[in-house]
Amino acid sequence: MNYPLYIRSAPTENELKFHYMVHTSLDVVDEKISAMGKALVDQRELYLGLLYPTEDYKVYGYVTNSKVKFVMVVDSSNTALRDNEIRSMFRKLHNSYTDVMCNPFYNPGDRIQSRAFDSMVTSMMIQVC
Amino acid sequence: MEAAAGGGCGSGPPLLLSEGEQQCYSELFARCAAAGAAGGGPGSGPPEAARAVPSAATAAAGPVADLFRASQLPAETLHQITELCGAKRVGYFGPTQFYIALKLIAAAQSGLPVRIESIKCELPLPRFLMSKTDAEIRFGNPTELHGTKVQIPYLITEKNTFKRMDDEDKQQETQSPTMSPLASPPSSPPHYQRVPLSHAYGKLRSNTEQMHPAPYEARQPLVQPEGPSSGAPGTKPPRHQASLIRSFSVEREPQDNNSNYPDEPWRITEEQREYYVNQFRSLQPDPSSFISGSVAKNFFTKSKLSIPELSYIWELSDADCDGALTLPEFCAAFHLIVARKNGYPLPEGLPPTLQTEYLQAAFPKPKRECALFDSYSESMPANQQPRDLNRMEKLSVKDMADFPVPTQDVTSDDKQGLKSTVDEALPKDVSEDPATKSGLLPPPPALPPRPCPSQISHLRVNSKRSAQRRPPTQLPNYGDFRLQKQSEQAPEAEIHPQLNRAPSQAAESSPAKKDIPYSQPPSKPIRRKFRPENPATENQDTSTAVGGPATAAAVKPHAAVQKQSSKQKKAIQTAIRKNKEANAVLARLNSELQQQLKEVHQERIALENQLEQLRPVTVL
Repeated sequence: MNYPLYIRSAPTENELKFHYMVHTSLDVVDEKISAMGKALVDQRELYLGLLYPTEDYKVYGYVTNSKVKFVMVVDSSNTALRDNEIRSMFRKLHNSYTDVMCNPFYNPGDRIQSRAFDSMVTSMMIQVC
Repeated sequence: MEAAAGGGCGSGPPLLLSEGEQQCYSELFARCAAAGAAGGGPGSGPPEAARAVPSAATAAAGPVADLFRASQLPAETLHQITELCGAKRVGYFGPTQFYIALKLIAAAQSGLPVRIESIKCELPLPRFLMSKTDAEIRFGNPTELHGTKVQIPYLITEKNTFKRMDDEDKQQETQSPTMSPLASPPSSPPHYQRVPLSHAYGKLRSNTEQMHPAPYEARQPLVQPEGPSSGAPGTKPPRHQASLIRSFSVEREPQDNNSNYPDEPWRITEEQREYYVNQFRSLQPDPSSFISGSVAKNFFTKSKLSIPELSYIWELSDADCDGALTLPEFCAAFHLIVARKNGYPLPEGLPPTLQTEYLQAAFPKPKRECALFDSYSESMPANQQPRDLNRMEKLSVKDMADFPVPTQDVTSDDKQGLKSTVDEALPKDVSEDPATKSGLLPPPPALPPRPCPSQISHLRVNSKRSAQRRPPTQLPNYGDFRLQKQSEQAPEAEIHPQLNRAPSQAAESSPAKKDIPYSQPPSKPIRRKFRPENPATENQDTSTAVGGPATAAAVKPHAAVQKQSSKQKKAIQTAIRKNKEANAVLARLNSELQQQLKEVHQERIALENQLEQLRPVTVL
């Protein structure tokens, strides 16, 4: 069941293209997960790294222990983004996601409507773009 | 808008008022009472009494007469109204009388005849045209009390037009220096809107099924700080006694000297704080501990706010995002919910007055009170446990006389508690005594005396569920062995009644409990002993068919039993494990069922409320 709990793109034109890329990258994520084995305890293993580079974009993946996948699509021209930064961004995403989960009114599988999560994502995107 | 708040006097049947009416009337009443007190109006009760004794508040005759005149009804109509409402009869304008009178005025203004029946239908608010002088005298410096600086953007009700007119005038004229940035005409009815806030508290409380006896005062922003408290509390007792629980109001401190925060809607007053703390206690006896997410979710869902809103409120209030609410977090969340129900938009961020540090600093007192409550609440569970135990012991005493009845008295909750205690007790017992058991194997009833009688009776109660496990025919064997054993008489007496109870309980216990290995200690050890003796009995849980072979097995020589003491130990341990698992399953089942029961209760209460609202109004 691969539907997005949360999806956001920074320049809002061509949003659909980004959505499509994210969706197709899910297959790559699944592939990587299955290749990695059962025990995903270390955070390094949560971070999947560059999933695949396309002509203009790089797609990074991250999966949590509960098989929730985070996919990030960044512009290839954004060379200032280093792997560490990507990792830290995913870590922040993961932390915000756990905060969302802590809300008893949030049912896993719902779309994420947390304002804190939104603001965190916005700030990240602003930072990067 | 929600309908039908109750507003009857204590002695009479509830008078159903709509939201707007209730606010309007209580405001008017407070004004009359206060004005009477302040102005020393003729016929008013002693001002001190009016202020000090909330329940005895009456509207002074002078201001009331002024008010009635302002309704522009002919004098004879007003006389009729006064008579009808009962003021003449009782000699004063109590809240009920006042309200009825207002309704009659509204009826008269709408052209209806002045009758009791007229007020039973939906009426617009009575209109009063007051002269400036009257209003000034009466409502002198309403803005003084706007020290609360409530910038309330919304109105809960839009019916209170006449009030607004007056107040707007007042606002523009009398700008109290104590007023902080507020007082723009659009925000003119802030004091009025605070009434909705207070009423909404009542609604919320009704939703949370809390009949709080504490007299929360809706401070009407009237002449003096104390004036309103005289009037408003007077409205409280009638509402209190209304069957429709919409009667609580919580108020804000009108003058908040130590606050630098402009966000008054987000300030928690003492009464509110107290209420929140008590609600917290109802969920979690230890005020320094926290409420888990699911408990809080169930609780806040009762407020009937939408899930996204509740989710957002939680996000705001759970500062540390740990999925649990401490007391300050809980108060903040509750306050946000109340505010939201009153129409305040939820803030973008947690207001400073609702943050944990602020709340903890601002309300250190409740912690001390908490200590008192703690001792009380802790003693409560402690009392309950002995109470349960006592009940169980009483059961054991009554057993001989009256067996099935006492056990049926035990609630499932008790059983759960008992089960858990027994669960603990049993393994302990069993683990303690494998040795003694083996020693006492020849006389199997040796085991039962080991646990204390209360535990035995606990288990006996629990065995109600597992009655199937107890083949009735096994019980007679107790007697047989008892004779041989040198044990005391008490277990014997207990076991004999079991003989009587077992058949009835076997019929009662549900088939779902078949695999519950739980049973009374007397029967258990015996059964265990039977099991090694008779392989046929070892695997099955309960059946009368087993009773047959078990009986035969029981009569076998005890020598055989002794050899199998080690086997028995293992059997006992597996039985313990099974017991524990079954216990856990049942506990879960019970909690789920309790939850469902609660929900059904709530639905029922909601339906009953609706029914009440639809019933016609009755007047004293």
